[in-house]
Amino acid sequence: MSGRLSTLQAAFVIARRDFGAILFSRSFLFFLLGPLFPVLVGAMAGGVGQRVQETAQRPELGIAMEARDVDAMAAAHKALEAQLGEQLPRIRVVERVEPGKPFNAIGALQSGSADVAAIVVGTPAKPELVGSEALIRQWRGPVAMIAAQASAGATTDYPEVSLMGTTSSAANERRGHLLTAQAAQTLLFLLTMLLAGMVLSNLVEEKGNKIIEILAAAIPMDAVFFGKLFAMLAISIVGIAVWGSVGGGLFLAAGDRMPELTEPAVGWPLFFALGVIYFATAYLLLGSVFLSIGSLAATVREVQTISMPVTMMQLVVFFLASYAMTQPGSPVEIFAVTFPFSSPFAMLARAAQDPAIWPHVLALCWQVLCVYLFVRIGARMFRSRVMKSGHGPASAKKKGLFRRKLAASA
Amino acid sequence: MASNPGSGAPAPLAIEARGIVKRFDGFTAVDGVDLTVPEGAIYGILGPNGAGKTTTLRMLLGIIDPDEGVRRILGAERPHDVAHAIGYLPEERGLYPSMKAYEAIAFVGALRGLPLREGRERGRALLEEHGLGFAADRQIRQLSKGMAQQVQILGTLVHEPRLVVFDEPFSGLDALNQGRLEKMIRGLADKGTTVIFSTHVIAHAERLCDEVAIIAGGKVPFAGPVDVARDRIRPQVRLETRVADGAWRAALPADARHEPKKDAGNFWYFSLPESGVEPLLRALIEGEAGILSLSIERAGLHDAFVAIAGEAAAKALEENSEEEAAR
Repeated sequence: MSGRLSTLQAAFVIARRDFGAILFSRSFLFFLLGPLFPVLVGAMAGGVGQRVQETAQRPELGIAMEARDVDAMAAAHKALEAQLGEQLPRIRVVERVEPGKPFNAIGALQSGSADVAAIVVGTPAKPELVGSEALIRQWRGPVAMIAAQASAGATTDYPEVSLMGTTSSAANERRGHLLTAQAAQTLLFLLTMLLAGMVLSNLVEEKGNKIIEILAAAIPMDAVFFGKLFAMLAISIVGIAVWGSVGGGLFLAAGDRMPELTEPAVGWPLFFALGVIYFATAYLLLGSVFLSIGSLAATVREVQTISMPVTMMQLVVFFLASYAMTQPGSPVEIFAVTFPFSSPFAMLARAAQDPAIWPHVLALCWQVLCVYLFVRIGARMFRSRVMKSGHGPASAKKKGLFRRKLAASA
Repeated sequence: MASNPGSGAPAPLAIEARGIVKRFDGFTAVDGVDLTVPEGAIYGILGPNGAGKTTTLRMLLGIIDPDEGVRRILGAERPHDVAHAIGYLPEERGLYPSMKAYEAIAFVGALRGLPLREGRERGRALLEEHGLGFAADRQIRQLSKGMAQQVQILGTLVHEPRLVVFDEPFSGLDALNQGRLEKMIRGLADKGTTVIFSTHVIAHAERLCDEVAIIAGGKVPFAGPVDVARDRIRPQVRLETRVADGAWRAALPADARHEPKKDAGNFWYFSLPESGVEPLLRALIEGEAGILSLSIERAGLHDAFVAIAGEAAAKALEENSEEEAAR
């Protein structure tokens, strides 16, 4: 005879079966290929968008020199732009500096008053470029050309451009953090929806196989739910590993052509770790709700009917988290951080924007508690609402959405 | 009731339920059911579809909890605490279609705490033992319905449970496989395993069970040994007399049915009076009724069911059996 299983052991039996079954199924292949389509569409849309952005929101180079030098630099830029076009950064006069008076370029960049990405100061013969490290390296050449043209009217002798790096301008940094947060949130949302949908169809299939009663008789329903959730989580980790490898390979192959994201406030290593953890909690939260729905519904059509509002709600939650991200510290952001379904998204965005660690510890404890509660509630609903009948009396059948198996039976 | 061999003391109980009630949205599916199933017994829950059999079994197994009452399974108040000692075959059979037969058996065993490797070995051995060795590596979807059902039954038994619960186990089986299952149930009981099954087919309960619970409308009007159920009905007397009337008629019950024969003689049908057969015989002989034949038959479980559960429940039971046969 066998020995009694703990809830954890029972969940493992379910998770092991589901993991193996899904991993070696055809649907897993589609699951792996799934993100390819949004990536392709995204790349195409991104290509168009980038083009628009390049023309509309190209970062500008500020000029802060004495008035005659400014005019010379502007004339040189105009002359070169005719030949080089968009190879040259657009310029904006930040200030016509009075002779002998210094100009605080770093201050202007960090306060955002200049509203440019970098500033060239000094003289055309001895220009100094101030800005973020990445940008000033990129603009060193064009600035040298403009300065040479401005100082001599010819481009043969390029002056030495001295560089002064700032970490980045405040405006740029904020924009960069926001962009990183947005990218992370979108990725998190796509992955979560993909997986939660799979967990739902897995449970519906289970009900179709009519094996659910065997499971419910042998082990607690909580263990069934937890087992299914964690099996899919393990599947997703496999998926992420595959996608990550492919993505990493593409990134390396693309080199400089890939868009560069600003380093998140908590740093890349912790941001990645938090990303994986928030992905897990976001999936577990949504998955537990989808599991409950799947267990209550009798047919695939019913599942689709019931899951639609949840999917819509998740979209709303995503938009809420996206909006909250732009309002750090506001009541909207506090709400997004506290509301269980938006919490992982909002917190990941916060990780990109705010270096504090303790809010993440707090949020994760809250999210894990919510997962536990949702699974318990789902299991309870399943036990009280679904396992009602064998052959219910005909008169008691089909009274409503959840009441197909209403009457007690056989 | 089963008893401990040699001691004469009542056998310990595998299942004990007192006053269990289950309501669904105002509908009382099971209404104060009491059950006591001795260890080692074959116990039948007999009733038409919709009577509350499945709900009762689900409560006993902990799939759902009763709204009222208490249950104790193999000494435990929480059925999942002894899940490793229970095997369960639900009425709605189901297995993972992509699983191989021996793996399906091992998986059901694993749910009951049997290590997977051991479950696989036992799964193969059980399939061999029951003539299905050739199908061990076939996926469930590749098996016939009957074979898949057998695989599920073997899964129910792979962890060698002390208590086996079958919900309508004969449903959907052909006559040959019904016979095999009856043999298997007897074999389990011979090894000391308690078997409880629900059925709407009286013949199975009558052939197999030591004890039955008759259930109708969510209530159990009778639970106990099959013989005791039968004894609820007085034996039926079939009397044939040459004479149609006389003083001896007073010895017959007032509701005795009289059918005159065409050529000669009379048939009388009635329940044996409580005073027994001797006073009746004496009255017939002394009254010169001219006894041509007299037979006394003990009531069957069907008659007992009609008497205990009522005509409506008995009719529903017959209809279920006919539907089953038609399928």
